[in-house]
Amino acid sequence: MALPTSSVITLHINGEKFTLPVDHRTTLLDALRERLDLTGTKKGCDQGQCGACTVLVDGRRTVACLQFAVAAEGREVTTIEGVADGERLHPVQQAFLDLDGYQCGYCTPGQICSAIGALQEHAAGWPSAATDDLRPESGPPPLTAEEIRERMSGNLCRCAAYASIVDAVAQAAGTRAIQPAGTQADSEEQAA
Amino acid sequence: MKEFTYQKAADVPGAVALLGADPDARFLAGGTNLVDLMKSGVERPARLVDVRELPLDRIETTADDGLRIGATVTNSDLAAHPEVRRRYPVLTQAVLAGASGQLRNMATVGGNLLQRTRCAYFTDLTKPCNKRDPGSGCPAIRGEHHNHAVLGASSHCVAVHPSDMAVALAALDGVVHYETADGPGEVPIGWLYLPVAETPHRETALPPGALITHLTLPPSPVAAHSRYRKVRERASYAFAIGSIAAALDVRDGVVHDARVAFGAVASRPWRARAAERILIGAQAVTETFGAAADAEMAAARPLAHNAYKVTLMRNLTVAVLGELAEEAGR
Repeated sequence: MALPTSSVITLHINGEKFTLPVDHRTTLLDALRERLDLTGTKKGCDQGQCGACTVLVDGRRTVACLQFAVAAEGREVTTIEGVADGERLHPVQQAFLDLDGYQCGYCTPGQICSAIGALQEHAAGWPSAATDDLRPESGPPPLTAEEIRERMSGNLCRCAAYASIVDAVAQAAGTRAIQPAGTQADSEEQAA
Repeated sequence: MKEFTYQKAADVPGAVALLGADPDARFLAGGTNLVDLMKSGVERPARLVDVRELPLDRIETTADDGLRIGATVTNSDLAAHPEVRRRYPVLTQAVLAGASGQLRNMATVGGNLLQRTRCAYFTDLTKPCNKRDPGSGCPAIRGEHHNHAVLGASSHCVAVHPSDMAVALAALDGVVHYETADGPGEVPIGWLYLPVAETPHRETALPPGALITHLTLPPSPVAAHSRYRKVRERASYAFAIGSIAAALDVRDGVVHDARVAFGAVASRPWRARAAERILIGAQAVTETFGAAADAEMAAARPLAHNAYKVTLMRNLTVAVLGELAEEAGR
């Protein structure tokens, strides 16, 4: 018996259910953009290298370009369209606005979804490659600029708005990005 | 991308039965490497069997006080696990040194072990490659190979294995457990990856159709004092050009026990047994660490553009063992 190469699937996105037929080759990224008109999620490299397509799947940041839509069935997907609370922006969105955490804006939805996931990971006490003290009883490490840069390294910004992105993530976390001595004039002004 | 059928496995025997002996079928877990290779055409499966939701996502302490790590545990969950951080810190560090937060959330332990080389010729269908197309040749040997192997390579392939996690597992004597239609089996990580020889397309000792179910780590007191260090061409989110996983037990200034493995120097994680033989029983001083690195790298056969790795691995060995010895002396 020949098995099908397409399926009718139901995706759970931003609290809504969408039922659609998909060719199995369709990535979650292409399903969102081309089939469901959720074009906030961007296609950059389409190879899992740039982070522009970052969404949250079951609460965890994921690159939608390496996720087949058919394999996302039954999982809770949150895209940039679903992170705000009605008209009230998500704190990470607000921080990116307040601190100019972007230039052209193309990578921004991915940056924001990634930052939301990264801050949850940090709050859960996950270490990163920038964390010196791995002991679980130590709790979340101080969210230094180095920690933020490392945790956000999966999101490339072609405009190189990195300095403001680090500040925005720090503000959203309720901390200040701790810069090396002598380089924090900009942060001081923004924090004032 | 070639069209494919998709089935979700309900349990381990079901997954093995669904895959069968079909050479055109692949298990799909996190997909971070397989989906990418399907897009580029390096992998052209006709059938995918999704194993991501199999109940293999737990990390448990074993009866002998080792650790059992399920094959579908994500790289993120492995790195963050309290017992891994406490007892095998080199493993947490190795996993966190690889990929990005997004990819670690998707990628699984089983998939990490079976990921393919990032050799640019392997992923470029317009180029010959003995690993992808046996007998077609290896353009890397006379071409772009600054990040290729200096140990254990052959005239047929000089690609390196890209995993950081596997380097730590090699140092920790991890064992890979799998299931086949004929029943379960196991293979130590040191024997999982086959020598390159004349068959670089044959990469692992797993039987055809085998599904990795879990890993086990033996109890390892020395692993509590362990470290992974990775050198790459940018500060984060890049493959290693050289890395080391090391564990050191120093008593009264003498190396009582040691584990050393190198990454990004061979087609597999490279357990540095020659270095360990020099280390154990010797004074825990810089001269010993340098001699240990030299003993291991004596077998190196660098190509025109990667001889720097011999020096790099020596420097990494001296630095990381020196730090571990200093911490032991505190």
